[in-house]
Amino acid sequence: MNLAEALTVIVPLLHDELVVHANGFISRESFNCSDRPGNFYMIGSMGLASSIALGVALNRPDRRVVIFDGDGNVLMNLGSLALIGATQPANLVHVVFDNEVYGSTGNQRTISAQVSLEEIARASGYQRVQRVDTVTALRTVAQEFLAKPGPSFLLIKIESDREERKIGRITHEPPQIAARFKNSCQLPVLSSQSKED
Amino acid sequence: MITGPDFLGLLRESGFDFFTGVPCSLVKSLIATLEERGGYIPETREDAAVGLAAGAYMAGKQPVVIMQNSGLGVCLNALASLSLIYHLPCLLLITWRGYQGKDAPEHLIMGDISPTLLETLGVPHRVLSAASVQDALRWAVETLKESSRPVALLLPPGVLQ
Repeated sequence: MNLAEALTVIVPLLHDELVVHANGFISRESFNCSDRPGNFYMIGSMGLASSIALGVALNRPDRRVVIFDGDGNVLMNLGSLALIGATQPANLVHVVFDNEVYGSTGNQRTISAQVSLEEIARASGYQRVQRVDTVTALRTVAQEFLAKPGPSFLLIKIESDREERKIGRITHEPPQIAARFKNSCQLPVLSSQSKED
Repeated sequence: MITGPDFLGLLRESGFDFFTGVPCSLVKSLIATLEERGGYIPETREDAAVGLAAGAYMAGKQPVVIMQNSGLGVCLNALASLSLIYHLPCLLLITWRGYQGKDAPEHLIMGDISPTLLETLGVPHRVLSAASVQDALRWAVETLKESSRPVALLLPPGVLQ
């Protein structure tokens, strides 16, 4: 499974979730897959997607907040996993697309092949932790993780793209990304009925 | 000198309602008051605190990030590539260690360059004194509203009890 295939499984399951994206290919691939006002695309500040999402989740406990993170980003801010464990936001789902490389800078290796990020999440106190390797497993687990209380940590092992991808950059300006995400944060929660659609 | 509870009272009156950061002995009484009353999130790093504040702001809060000026170095990229370019305001309450060259060696260089660093970065700032806390907060609130970007208050020793 590659990043695009993983997103093709998860994105159709999203309704009013607020999704904070890590920088690099994760933002860009998701933007090209399906742009939503409730998507925050972090273009710089590597490592901080989970911190931004936690800031949203703690202040909007009635809304589900999802992080689309990467292994390089998680490794850069492991303290964030500890703070999520310490604060226990039940509305937070941390999805990590783990390709074991820094994809945007030329596939230099990270250390996630040697160190299990999901075990760090478990030790930090996430309520629900799972690693998936196949599309079939992802389909079942993603649905469960988006429905049940967390904080949850879903590690998806994906293949790195061997050849350089020609993938478009985010076309919105950063202030526009922030403004529409802020507006999405203020929206009322969808009824549970519409979530079943 | 102003007490921790009085300072927190002024911050709250000014509309600030989300507090995070990494401690410094110069803000011991403020953090103790925040912890007593609940609602302070102890971050692990200053850049993560800036990220947390960015999320809190988009969720409708007026955030304060408390840090020592050593942490200003840690969060430069978070300010430059997140708060400043996305227009995500927060109040940075930065203690000024190495003030006037009198402190432990590890604080001297950062103490010397803290105001210049903020200027270079484009973060407007004021230096707090016990007599000017209310004025400084009024200025901070107005500047946050006008610029929609972070502003900083530098807190030298001897201001907060």
